[in-house]
Amino acid sequence: MSIFGSYLLRLERKRWRWRAFRKRRELSVVRNRTKAIRPDDILLFCTFRNEDVRLPYFFDYYRKLGVNHFFMVDNGSSDDGRAYAAAQDDVSIWRTDAGYGRARYGMDWLTWLQMRYAHGHWTLTVDVDEFFVYPFCDTRPLAALGDWLDASDIRSFGALILDMYPEGPVNAAVYERGMDPLTIANWFDTGNYTISLNKRMRNLWIQGGPRARMFFADQPEKAPALNKVPFVKWNRRYTYVSSTHMILPRGLNLVYDQQGGEKTSGALLHAKLMNTFGERVAEEAARGEHYRAGHEYERYADGAANERDLWTKWSAQYLNWRQLEGFGLISRGNWA
Amino acid sequence: MSVGVIILAHTALHRTAEAVRHWVDGGCPVVIHVDRKVKERDFQALVDDLYPLENVQFSKRHKCDWGSWALIAATQDAARQLLQAYPAVRHVYLASGSCLPLRPVSELCQYLEARPETDFIESSTTSDVPWTVGGLDKERFTLRFPFSWRRQRRAFDAYVKLQQLVGFRRNVPHGLIPHMGSQWWCLTRKTLSAIQDDPRRPIYDRYFRKVWIPDESYFQSLARLHSTKIESRSLTLSKFDYQGKPHIFYNDHEEMLRRSGCFVARKIWHRADALYRVFPQTHAAGEDLPDPNPSSIDRVFASAVERRTRGRTGLYMQSRFPTIDRVSSFTAQPYSMLQGFAEIFDDFENWLGDTTGAEVHGHLYGPDRAHFADGGDIYIGGLSHDAILRDYNPRMFLSNLIWNTRGTHQAFQFGPHDTQSLNWVVAKDTNARISVVSGAWMISLFHKRAEFSDVRREAARLQQIEHKHMKILRSPFAKARIRILTLADFMRSPMETLQTIVDEMSEQPHAGLTQVPQIVDLTGFGSFLQDLRNQGMHPFLTGDFPINPEALVAKQRPPKPYLVR
Repeated sequence: MSIFGSYLLRLERKRWRWRAFRKRRELSVVRNRTKAIRPDDILLFCTFRNEDVRLPYFFDYYRKLGVNHFFMVDNGSSDDGRAYAAAQDDVSIWRTDAGYGRARYGMDWLTWLQMRYAHGHWTLTVDVDEFFVYPFCDTRPLAALGDWLDASDIRSFGALILDMYPEGPVNAAVYERGMDPLTIANWFDTGNYTISLNKRMRNLWIQGGPRARMFFADQPEKAPALNKVPFVKWNRRYTYVSSTHMILPRGLNLVYDQQGGEKTSGALLHAKLMNTFGERVAEEAARGEHYRAGHEYERYADGAANERDLWTKWSAQYLNWRQLEGFGLISRGNWA
Repeated sequence: MSVGVIILAHTALHRTAEAVRHWVDGGCPVVIHVDRKVKERDFQALVDDLYPLENVQFSKRHKCDWGSWALIAATQDAARQLLQAYPAVRHVYLASGSCLPLRPVSELCQYLEARPETDFIESSTTSDVPWTVGGLDKERFTLRFPFSWRRQRRAFDAYVKLQQLVGFRRNVPHGLIPHMGSQWWCLTRKTLSAIQDDPRRPIYDRYFRKVWIPDESYFQSLARLHSTKIESRSLTLSKFDYQGKPHIFYNDHEEMLRRSGCFVARKIWHRADALYRVFPQTHAAGEDLPDPNPSSIDRVFASAVERRTRGRTGLYMQSRFPTIDRVSSFTAQPYSMLQGFAEIFDDFENWLGDTTGAEVHGHLYGPDRAHFADGGDIYIGGLSHDAILRDYNPRMFLSNLIWNTRGTHQAFQFGPHDTQSLNWVVAKDTNARISVVSGAWMISLFHKRAEFSDVRREAARLQQIEHKHMKILRSPFAKARIRILTLADFMRSPMETLQTIVDEMSEQPHAGLTQVPQIVDLTGFGSFLQDLRNQGMHPFLTGDFPINPEALVAKQRPPKPYLVR
């Protein structure tokens, strides 16, 4: 790419940061416990809306993985999620009623908080329904991964979004507060992902999985992106571009090897396709605040998505990270 | 007190303190070198912590960058101090702050006492070792390296380039043969003193100051000059990845470390509490003390390097995306692309599947949908039959299919009706086995019995498509195993070709085909082709197909027993 091209990217990065700086006014603090953060702590950043039922397990899961502090932004919830999160000792929480879409799907708020608090920390940015798995996650905490990446001079870590679904209609899998969602939606597609290269940002653009084959068969180019870079040794100059699919500076998007080798990578188990999905679809399609003005959600709403059965006889039931590595969805790379 | 220990520490000093206690409790004197980059406060805390211990000394502190001369200077100072302060020491063990003793000190002492004259230092000449970072092996001894590889990479690379360009070469001091090896060694007092007191030492030191990563070569080379008995291996279990960084051990390596029988391992993750808790482990009394044998660990880390540098062939995923010209094949294993056979034989796919045990698909790239072998809508891995979805990325559709079905040979039918965008990629794929009977698609056109003007137009179109494909297959860039026959040639001796295809697809060669497929009814096909010719459309891909099909059979050599009809 030309020098001019890279300069444009630099301007873009500055623009997103400036925008995040302006949007900081939309955030009002509910509970700020950031004083307790120690230099080596691992931080998690998350925006949510009406996720009270999911929060307890979410916090549990990531605490066990070794997250030390949670940064939550509540975007106008009407349930008790905010109070619940604020009561946790390792959570700092902000609230805003401003538009989700106008804040780049929440990224502006998180970028501001990351600029302010995440500098020099390993930082995980996920949604409430995404569960991070990486090689050896059953025996090595996130800090081990962070330390190893540090020792290898690697600043970012990629993860594939793996859509999990139940056996039977989506809305028949009923989630209850505190439950491990992967006990009711624990099936996934093992090998139908397509990849192309985004030369501008240098990231891989991955699509496929159950959502592509079920909802986007006639318009595959519109199927949701499944590539993410959720785990980053944060620097205040960094900014995510589109959700956590891409990040600037674009060198951080190089989480793959082009010479034939495998870099170390993980997955985000996406436990969205269950009974809560139907309610969410109706709400979000009407609100139009999501990516491409909720286009994706309209599509789910049209097809009565929550009654669909995504399960096939070739679906695999999730066991552990080794299974994912066997299928070639994640890799240990040279971490052994 | 036969073994003295030098510890080079720079991070996680609380772990260093644990290691020091271990050595001292085992009766070994310890000299610690703490990197000058460590904060004064942390250093003082370590000194205070170890103050009650006897036989612990701190050596002069140097500022040690990775691969710098300071590491050697620090080691030399510490070694001198150790040898002077503890005259009873027979062996000196060099360890780091993140080393974990796996076996009790007494076992190590016992092991070394049985080998009083042996120096344990991994040391090989540069031409014999494959593990060199940055591609510099011999040159690390003949060029100058004033810039830091870690912090001033550009200057480092540029200066190396410049020296190579100019043809600069340093002279290796007379009598010295550069050797390399792990920087963690265990030398006898005799060898170490000889290295320290060598009258030519200033010459060697001046030379090694500008050698790249001298901690891997200084003692390794000099020991060769002074030692009487070198055992070229390190007593410290330490593995390096493809970039020359040490692999790190975690709690889940416990079993492997236990079985290795090594005395000391590095590098241990500083928060691997379980390892620090369970090691060192004593062997039960009466049990034979095992010799170090880290082969299972070797295997694990060798496969990690292999995975990182070569990866799994045919896998495309979020962290492996080789550019197409980097690999000879975009698929995981051989597969067959068959063109024309399904048109000539009835029920060809089932017959071929039954005969070979392979998975034989219909037209995977059919215009209406992907025809999977089992006729289903979704295939292994969740691949959809949907043509739009497939054609969104036809190459990955195939590489996914082959990856998902590793272990079973895949074959699929192809023809000019199908999606053609993949033709070049498959032709260049060394895993592809392509067999074509050109012009065979005319048979299905013939059987359609549609309006003749439409048939003529369609035939011309398909012929052009297939002709283009054949040109690709005949190009010098095509690397697949390719077999092309015209319909007429194939019909002269169909069984020969089928036999080759079957052999290619099955694991063991077949003795001879017993079950043969039925050729479709070709009565009138010859005149059909003639009609096309008469209409000005020349069907050249079929070859010289006679008007009367019996003419083909008449030309045959004496029939073999398994021949059709």
